[in-house]
Amino acid sequence: MKVKMLSRNPDNYVRETKLDLQRVPRNYDPTLHPFEVPREYVRALNATKLERVFAKPFLASLDGHRDGVNCLAKHPKSLATVLSGACDGEVRIWNLTKRKCIRTIQAHEGFVRGICTRFCGTSFFTVGDDKTVKQWKMDGPGYGEEEEPLHTILGKTVYTGIDHHWKEAVFATCGQQVDIWDEQRTSPICSMTWGFDSISSVKFNPIETFLLGSCASDRNIVLYDMRQATPLKKVILDMRTNTICWNPMEAFIFTAANEDYNLYTFDMRALDTPVMVHMDHVSAVLDVDYSPTGKEFVSASFDKSIRIFPVDKSRSREVYHTKRMQHVICVKWTSDSKYIMCGSDEMNIRLWKANASEKLGVLTSREKAAKDYNQKLKEKFQHHPHIKRIARHRHLPKSIYSQIQEQRIMREARRRKEVNRLKHSKPGSVSIVSEKKKHIVAVVK
Amino acid sequence: MSAAGVAESLLALSQQEELEDLPKDYPLNPSEDEEDIDGERKHQKLLEAISSLDGNNRWKLAERSEASLKVSEFNVTSEGLGEKLVLSDLLGPVKTSSSLAAVKKQLNRVKSKKTVELPLNKEEVERIHREVAFNKTSQALSKWDPIVVKNRQAEQLVFPLKKEQSAFAPIEHVLSSWKARTPLEQEVFNLLHKNKQPVTDPLLTPVEKASLKAMSLEEAKMRRAELQRARALQSYYEARARREKKIKSKKYRKVLKKGKAKKALKEFEKLQKENPTAALEELEKIEKARMMERMSLKHQNSGKWAKSKAIMAKYDLKARQAMQEQLARHKELTQKLQAASESEEEEGDVEEEGELLVPDAVNEIQMDADGPNPWMLRNHSSGTKEARIQDPEQLPEPVAHETPESEEEERPGAEEEILLNEFEERRSLRKKAELNQDTEPVSRQEPKDSSSQEVLSELRALSQKLNKENQSGKQKVSSARTVRVVQRKDPTEEEEEPLLLHRPERAQTVEDLEELGKEGCFQNKEVPRSVLEGQQLERNPNNHPGAPKEKKKKEQMIDLQNFLTTKSPSVKSLAVPMTIEELEDEEERDQKRMIKEAFAGDDVIRDFLKEKREAVEASKPKDVDLTLPGWGEWGGVGLKPSAKKRRRFLIKTPEGPPRKDKNLPNVIINEKRNVHAAAHQVRVLPYPFTHHQQFERTIQTPIGPTWNTQRAFQNLTMPKVVTKPGHIIKPIKAEDVGYRSSSRSDLSVVQRNPKQLTVRHKNQLKKNSID
Repeated sequence: MKVKMLSRNPDNYVRETKLDLQRVPRNYDPTLHPFEVPREYVRALNATKLERVFAKPFLASLDGHRDGVNCLAKHPKSLATVLSGACDGEVRIWNLTKRKCIRTIQAHEGFVRGICTRFCGTSFFTVGDDKTVKQWKMDGPGYGEEEEPLHTILGKTVYTGIDHHWKEAVFATCGQQVDIWDEQRTSPICSMTWGFDSISSVKFNPIETFLLGSCASDRNIVLYDMRQATPLKKVILDMRTNTICWNPMEAFIFTAANEDYNLYTFDMRALDTPVMVHMDHVSAVLDVDYSPTGKEFVSASFDKSIRIFPVDKSRSREVYHTKRMQHVICVKWTSDSKYIMCGSDEMNIRLWKANASEKLGVLTSREKAAKDYNQKLKEKFQHHPHIKRIARHRHLPKSIYSQIQEQRIMREARRRKEVNRLKHSKPGSVSIVSEKKKHIVAVVK
Repeated sequence: MSAAGVAESLLALSQQEELEDLPKDYPLNPSEDEEDIDGERKHQKLLEAISSLDGNNRWKLAERSEASLKVSEFNVTSEGLGEKLVLSDLLGPVKTSSSLAAVKKQLNRVKSKKTVELPLNKEEVERIHREVAFNKTSQALSKWDPIVVKNRQAEQLVFPLKKEQSAFAPIEHVLSSWKARTPLEQEVFNLLHKNKQPVTDPLLTPVEKASLKAMSLEEAKMRRAELQRARALQSYYEARARREKKIKSKKYRKVLKKGKAKKALKEFEKLQKENPTAALEELEKIEKARMMERMSLKHQNSGKWAKSKAIMAKYDLKARQAMQEQLARHKELTQKLQAASESEEEEGDVEEEGELLVPDAVNEIQMDADGPNPWMLRNHSSGTKEARIQDPEQLPEPVAHETPESEEEERPGAEEEILLNEFEERRSLRKKAELNQDTEPVSRQEPKDSSSQEVLSELRALSQKLNKENQSGKQKVSSARTVRVVQRKDPTEEEEEPLLLHRPERAQTVEDLEELGKEGCFQNKEVPRSVLEGQQLERNPNNHPGAPKEKKKKEQMIDLQNFLTTKSPSVKSLAVPMTIEELEDEEERDQKRMIKEAFAGDDVIRDFLKEKREAVEASKPKDVDLTLPGWGEWGGVGLKPSAKKRRRFLIKTPEGPPRKDKNLPNVIINEKRNVHAAAHQVRVLPYPFTHHQQFERTIQTPIGPTWNTQRAFQNLTMPKVVTKPGHIIKPIKAEDVGYRSSSRSDLSVVQRNPKQLTVRHKNQLKKNSID
């Protein structure tokens, strides 16, 4: 008689290596796993709470400057290297992994107004209050050599900002006009001007590299085309724009940091309406920098805090502050999109995590899966009131907190007044202007 | 100065004027007006001179503040100030002189051209420039639109966008830098060089290259085709061999062997005719084989197997047959080879066929007896057994005997072609035998009759008819049997009824079953296994008629219906399985009793029902009683308001909508809004959703690993943005996404001075801007 054995496919239960996890057969019958939504809700709640528990964004403070840090620059090739210029004309190069200053240069007399690195990372440029543009080698001088710039250009007026082209040996300075320089020449190859006011910052578009944006103290933002050597368009806002930053993933999008506490994201093809108005700061926004992924940007403000905004949201997702941090003058998002650096008035450069509760270092696959799952759960249940409340809660310094309250009251009052005016005037005589349009004064062709 | 002097000077002046005038007037035919004007001027001057005579005698110079009317010869006259100078005026006098023809031509050409407009002012030009440049730039930028949209909507973005390719150099490059250094290496190198083995470019040796070159294209093609054909043939033969090797049927093997033997015999005969010496050798070989067989103890019923069979032989027909078979084989092998006549051969064939037939039957019986897998077939076999006992003679007997034949006829001939004819013969033989003697076992040694085709066809027709009858019979039987089946089923259901609450009722009426029974063919398809078994049973002529098939089928149908809710009815008619089932039943009962004992105190069901009743009561709208005791009548302790009054002031609230759990016996649905739950609920529909159902659906689909397979879980929890730690993310580039980068150099245009634009270009610009 033949006896037929029960047989199972060993592929279903045998591990390939000892290190593999044991295969556990699962039954996905939904009746065996009831209450999906409540269980996931609780998981989401816990994930949100844990996120807040682990939110410790501050990593390090780099101190060494003897005056306020006025400008920062990233190294294009090395993640660990950062350059900073201070108000006493000193430039320092930092190593982030060691958290130490590796080089100090007395670059200018007076402020270092701007600093930028060459795209290849071999040298960097500084402009200062002493009307000079200086090019420096990234590597320090050899033994016995003196610390000297590679080139020095003496200008007629003070330069207030500098930015380097992303591909070619060209850089742009701003001051009374926007000058475009060849690295090899001592006079600008072209200068572009529109109006007569001091321009505070100039930025090259990282994608369409012939485009430039600048902002001047007569409240306007001007766009230039380097190839045709003409300005393109000018938009005048309510108040002065301090600086702009181009989105590194979307060629026509840039964000302007304004004195009226707001940031404006523009599509450069339609300047009459900003794509988004980002409001949360309670004082002038001094600097802005995009995450290299182009999904978020960070802004530094006079209100002693930095905030992280998603590009498509009008409210910030995160605010960083410390007791000792004063007015934040410059901010940079590192090029691996993991960290944020900010330089402030009180002579320190601070290093923050871009994602406050992120675990640093290598994650195991299970950790990663858990992290992803938690993230998705938080997203899924983000609209539920409890979760929303916990996720949104941030501790703020008293000054900012009270300012926010005050400004809320003011805004309410303004809105009320507007509504009342609308209510009590002849229909059609008063129109409501949207928040986006409100701050744009004019677009000049 | 004296007056005479003055007069003199005046005269001189007038004369001079005249002299000056002459050449001017001469060629031009001065008009009358001009003469008048001149005259007037002279007159004026004269008057002045006279006036200066009588007043203070100082010489008064004519004052010339501007190009006045007074000045004529040396200055530009301003007469005809508003008039335009027309070219024809200038050309008029030229007509006469032929030397000026070239000039004239030129001027004519000029005349045909239009005048140039005034240049725009600088600001306006700049504005136009800007506008044109802006339009161009925004056009250039809008090529990014699809990419931006794609990236914004992407499920997942992985940064850095551009994957760094792992750099691996081809072997030639690696080797080019290598050099032989040690003596051993050098030796090897030399050896290789002697053979002209490629060192740096290890693709082809020079010889190989030469051979490649030598072969022409056509030749190569032909060769390739040949090779292909050979390969195809080879693979075909291989496949065939493999397939044949896989066949496990004993019968096939036997047939194959016999075929081979026959072939060998034929060849031998052929050889005898053609090559007697070779045939002799062959004969010797065969003789030798015979000798070997005779020498050995093979096929002599002396082995282990044979001994075991010998023990069984007393009781088992098969064993006896097997032993006989072996002996026959021995005989055959030891037989002296003779040139056999054809008739004899045929006879042998028939005999062998008989032998072949036996194991078939044996196999079938075996299959029926203990089946391939008792676990799989338990239900069916139990059914059949029961049926066997209950009604052994239900169908006319001939059916049982005829069906196997019809089946065998229909069976596709998968056997070797050689034996097809033999099979035919054999079949006809058997049929004849069966027709002659119905119930008796078929005797193999039946003398062979002349098997005619007529009989065969008749038989076929008969069998088909019988088959049809059989089917109709089945239906009838089924309808008759249903009642009893249901009756038998009922008690078991009743047993279980109190244990389970509110079981949904099943349609188990007679009509239902009848309906199902009518679809005979459909059933056949549905339960192929049962049919197959039924057929197997039928094939066995002694055991039973074909009736149980239907019985069993019906049972299975009922089973299918009640499969989910009730326990399949235990079969009580069979002795052995029944005891087992009883045991099982007892066990179950035991368990139930234990559970009951364990939870004796808390009657969960009653509690639940009570709770539900209370909930229903509480949710019912209550009547409002507005009676005031003592109002309009006597009141006090022990006095109740009259029924009439109570009825009058009782306000009945209307019945609310029916409760949602009215028809759900084991559910309580609380329809009141729960404040505690509300704290966790979303109040406003969040932004991207347009309908609350969308939102609810997203919430209701779980994403956790508890509810999803590993793969689905991974897909569901895929993060939107993935960045690699320690990798620099560069801004997106046109080349990354397949665009050509916008220009060779951004600087190429800057070097050119933009101010040197032609007027025409400017006009074009202006037009553009207007557009």
